[in-house]
Amino acid sequence: MLKIESITKVFNRGTVNEKIALDHVSLSLEVGDFATIVGSNGAGKSTLFNAIAGSFYIDDGSIELDGEDITFLPDYRRSRVIGRLFQDPLRGTAPRMSIEENLALAALCANQKKGWGLSRVTKKDKAFLRDYLSVLGMGLEDRMKQPVGLLSGGQRQALTLLMATIITPKLLLLDEHTAALDPATAETVLKLTRQIVAERKITCMMVTHNMKNALDLGNRTLMMDAGTIVLDIAGNEREGLTVNDLLEKFRVGAGKELDDDRVRLSEME
Amino acid sequence: MLNLSIIQSALELGAIYSLVALALFVSFSTLNIADLTTDGSFTLGCAVSASFCIAGHPILALPAALLAGAAAGFVTAFLQTKLGVPSIVAGIVTNTGLYTINLAVMGFSANLNLFRAERIFFYVQNVLAGTPLEGWDKLVTTVLIALIVCGLLILFFATRLGLSVRATGDNPDMVSASSINPAFTIAVGLCIANAMTALSGAVLVQYQKSADINLGTGMVTIALASLIIGETLFGKGGMLRCVAAVFFGSVIYRFIMAVALQANINAAALKLISAVIVGFAIAMPAMKEYTLLQRQKAAYRRKKKGAAMYAKD
Repeated sequence: MLKIESITKVFNRGTVNEKIALDHVSLSLEVGDFATIVGSNGAGKSTLFNAIAGSFYIDDGSIELDGEDITFLPDYRRSRVIGRLFQDPLRGTAPRMSIEENLALAALCANQKKGWGLSRVTKKDKAFLRDYLSVLGMGLEDRMKQPVGLLSGGQRQALTLLMATIITPKLLLLDEHTAALDPATAETVLKLTRQIVAERKITCMMVTHNMKNALDLGNRTLMMDAGTIVLDIAGNEREGLTVNDLLEKFRVGAGKELDDDRVRLSEME
Repeated sequence: MLNLSIIQSALELGAIYSLVALALFVSFSTLNIADLTTDGSFTLGCAVSASFCIAGHPILALPAALLAGAAAGFVTAFLQTKLGVPSIVAGIVTNTGLYTINLAVMGFSANLNLFRAERIFFYVQNVLAGTPLEGWDKLVTTVLIALIVCGLLILFFATRLGLSVRATGDNPDMVSASSINPAFTIAVGLCIANAMTALSGAVLVQYQKSADINLGTGMVTIALASLIIGETLFGKGGMLRCVAAVFFGSVIYRFIMAVALQANINAAALKLISAVIVGFAIAMPAMKEYTLLQRQKAAYRRKKKGAAMYAKD
C-alpha cells in the first residue's frame, strides 16, 4: 500500500541550524496495517507524516501509495486519498461554518469527479450525514445548523475523524490526535478511531506518546530517533510485549534511553 | 425632509452599490482578504459598460463588465497565490495598473457621457409600459439585478466550490488537508468578487448616464461601511441572512448619505463621513474591550480602597 524508499529531509541546509529531520527512512505498509509510532520529541515522527501528506517535498527518496508515485504530488491532491488528523482539534474543521456545512464539504470533496465544483448536497445526502453523525453518540445530529466553533475540542476532533473517513481513505495519518483532549474524551475518540479503522480495514499510522496505546492499538509498532526508524516490531515479537520491554528494546535499538518527559508522565498515570 | 423621490433614488443606488458590498462580503468577510483591487475594478466596470453603450450594446455591456472584473480579480489572485506578493500589495499593484487600462478602455478621455446612448433601462421601460410598474424602470432594474446576484451567491455558497471558498477563509489549516487547493479557491473568490464589483460599476454608469475615471475612488471604504452597517444591524447567521444583511446595509448607507445631502452637508464631505463610520465600526470590538477593562480596574480600585478603610476602622 504505502512504500517509502530512503527518504531524506534536511531543514535549514547549510546553516548552523541545519537539522536532518529524516535520514534515509524506508518503510513499507501492507493494506490494513495499523502502525503506531513512538519516539522522543524531534525524532522525526511529525516530519515523516508531513512528508507522506505532502506538506513539503522531500529532498531525496520516493513515496509510493497504492502503486502511484506521489513524491511530487501537491498536498491537496494527496489529501483526496490520505486522511489526516492533527493534535490541535481546531485544525480540522471550519469554525464559522455549520456542522452540516463542514460535513457537506467533506462529502463533496471526497466525490470530486462530479460537475465542476458546482455539485451540492441533496436532501437525501443531508439525511445521510445526520445518520452518519449520530454514530458518535454525542447528540451532534440535533445541532446540524450550529457553527462548529461552539463545539468542544473533543467533539471537533470526533467530527474531524468522521470527515476524514467519510469516504474510506487509502491511508489515515493520526498525529497525536488525542493528546490535547481530556482523558475521558481522549478515550472516546480513541475508541471511535479503533472502531472505524477496524470496520473499514483502513491502513493507518498513529503517532502517540502513550506507550500503552502504542502496544494496545494496531498490529505494528515503530520507534523513531534522530530521523530514523530504530525499531519496527510486529506479529509474534509484538504479542505480549510490555511497556518496559518496549523501552528496553528502544535502548538497545537507539543506543540510549528514550528521552521523553511526556512518555514518563503518561506512564505515571 | 425625505420625499418619495429621494427614498426611491436611495433604494436604487443602494441596490447598485450593494453589489460592491457583496463583493467585499466574499473577499473581506469570507476569504479574509482585504482586496484593494475593488476601486480599480469598479472603474473598469464603468469604463467597459460606457464603451459598450456608446457602441450600441448596453445589454452586452453587463457580461463584458463581469468578465473584465473577473480578469482583474484573477491578476490580483495570481500575484498573491503564485508569485508570493502579499495580498494587500497585490491589490494595490493591480489597482494602479488598472488606472491606465481604464483610461485606455475609455479611449484616453477622463469621462464619457451616455446621454444619447441606449441603456438597459430603455428596454426595461418598454417591457414595463402598460403594466402597473410603468415608470419604475430604474427601481425594477437595479433591484432585480441585485436580487439575481444575491440569489446566485447564496446558491453558489452551498456548492462544493462555494463551501471550499468559505473554508479557505475560515480555517486555512484545514483546507489543504481536505483536498482543496487554496490557490484555486482564492482565485475563484477574488474573480467572483471583482466581477460583482465591475457589474456594479457597469450598472451605475448606465444609471447616471456618465462615466468618470475617478468613480471608483474610495469604493472599498464605502462598501466596507455598507457591509459593516449590515452585519451590525442584522447580525450573522445562515448565508441567506448574511447576504440579506449586506444588501440592506448598502440601502441604509445610501439613506444616510441622502439625509446628509438633504441637510446641506457638502458632497465632498461624504467620503470623510464614510471613513469615520468604517473606522469606528471596525474599532468597536477593541473599544468595547478597553472600556470593559477600565471599568474592571475602577471596580478593583474601589474594592481595595474600601478594604483599606475598613481595616483602619
